[in-house]
Amino acid sequence: MTLTLDTPQLVKTQPLLVARNVSKSYGAVHALRDVSAVVYPGEVLGIVGESGSGKSTFLRCLNLEETPDSGSYTLDLPDVQGNLFDLDRYARRMLCATRIGIVYQNPHLGLLMHHSSSGNVAERLLVAGERRFAVLRDKASAALDASEFPLDRMDAPPVELSGGMQQRVQLAKAIALEPALLLLDEPTTGLDVSVQALVLDTLKRLQQDRRITMVIVSHDLGVIRTLSDRVMVMRRGQVVETGLADQVFQDPQHAYTQQLVHAKL
Amino acid sequence: MTLKSLTRAWEPMSYGFLDGSAKREIRRKMLKAIAVPGCQIPYASREVPMARGWGTGGLQISCTLIHPAMRIKVIDQGADDSVNAASIRNFLARVSGAPVTMDTLQADLIQSRHRIPEERLRADQILVLQVPNPEPLRSVQPNMSIARQMHADADYGRMWLQLYEQIVRSGRVMQGASYPSLVNGRFVMTPSPIPRWDVPKLNMAQHLTILSAGREKRLYAVPPFTRVAPLVFDDVPYRVEDHGHLTCQRSGAAGYFMNEIPQADGTSTFEVSDSELGVKTIRKAEGAPAHIGRTWYENGRLVQ
Repeated sequence: MTLTLDTPQLVKTQPLLVARNVSKSYGAVHALRDVSAVVYPGEVLGIVGESGSGKSTFLRCLNLEETPDSGSYTLDLPDVQGNLFDLDRYARRMLCATRIGIVYQNPHLGLLMHHSSSGNVAERLLVAGERRFAVLRDKASAALDASEFPLDRMDAPPVELSGGMQQRVQLAKAIALEPALLLLDEPTTGLDVSVQALVLDTLKRLQQDRRITMVIVSHDLGVIRTLSDRVMVMRRGQVVETGLADQVFQDPQHAYTQQLVHAKL
Repeated sequence: MTLKSLTRAWEPMSYGFLDGSAKREIRRKMLKAIAVPGCQIPYASREVPMARGWGTGGLQISCTLIHPAMRIKVIDQGADDSVNAASIRNFLARVSGAPVTMDTLQADLIQSRHRIPEERLRADQILVLQVPNPEPLRSVQPNMSIARQMHADADYGRMWLQLYEQIVRSGRVMQGASYPSLVNGRFVMTPSPIPRWDVPKLNMAQHLTILSAGREKRLYAVPPFTRVAPLVFDDVPYRVEDHGHLTCQRSGAAGYFMNEIPQADGTSTFEVSDSELGVKTIRKAEGAPAHIGRTWYENGRLVQ
């Protein structure tokens, strides 16, 4: 007699983001050397490293703002095929406007400082083709609300807001179209500790509620540890260590990672 | 072979002021502009005996198109008798020998600053609009190289954002003149600083409109029967100036675009902006022969 066990079926998950051997040089400076990364749907990848390690350059490549010298980049999304680095400017713009959200360290890079906060969020919807004013208002306020931005200030321009509020507007803009991938470039750098904690709470809640796939870049190990499932450590344009967040922070293998972790401690 | 055989005979003056090569270049650029409606085409704007910003763009187009059999009409903010309109009209007549007229129906070539006549233009008429700033994206993108890329990508999100901001701040679209309009579903153009009242006149019009900015060295065109759609949100309708109920105090014409004339007691009176329409209305009222053609607006409402 054969006993059949009702074993759970394992479903093979395709990674959402696959970047392979991305290299980028600025003259004689090698900003990235064969950097590869894989991110699964709903996962948060933290990229950590010292200033000049290439982490922001890599993020800009993922946001298609930079074209690397070599390498490939694919996203497992409907209607998105092939190496994204080969896309023309128009296709890149439309892909970034609709499928990828980004929050910059410097709000001036991501926001129109003298337009209203709701207008900044609405711009993304407008680029995607929304032409109903009432829907723009509703969606902008919903995105701002999800970013825990006070709605009574939704028409205030970012130039009149605090740093933390500006980051929330950036975040609302990034999530307005429910992007498949959210890129965060040092989202809490420059904010005081209490505001940092609030922004991190918002990010964590968003990630839990919406299961947004995120790539977060920071030199702050605390931020990376709070948000990330997996961590990639970069130094001088190369990946020196990668692993689960707990594993990397509890048991760092590479000498540089050990230095980083101990410096933090 | 002699030197004389290689050179052209000396001519005391080019017909229509511009020399042959200048006209040839402007004609080529006009054809290009007509082929790609709404697309700004750069051209080598020549010196004309008038200061930049006073209609040199329109004047060059008129000088290129003009021939002695054409009747010319020149208007400035709707008026045929302003100093600027009279100067340009006299200049065109002098350099071409073409007859002039103030009657919209009789004109073959109409050069205008900031207005489109109230009487409908026909397929055999050409409207030349003077444009101070041809770039609709300038207010949202001061870098002209990037603005050109934005046109190439049809990246007009910022234009829409500008309208969004106006509604958020003021409760309505505040853009009075130069209302950004989508031509043939592709390029956003500024229809020169004509009032919102005049923008619908360009949509599917029978006549050819050429817009030219001499200082900025750009021209663009709206060919006959081309869609011109002002940028509007689906749920915020396009509104023209609320002039439909006003009456011209001089001519009694009503339902047209008016000029407001403030009075000493704080009130205002109104005069029809299209001066020739006003003159015709007065003549008609006095029993003199005057034929008013079919107008774009009737009783203050646009007639398709």
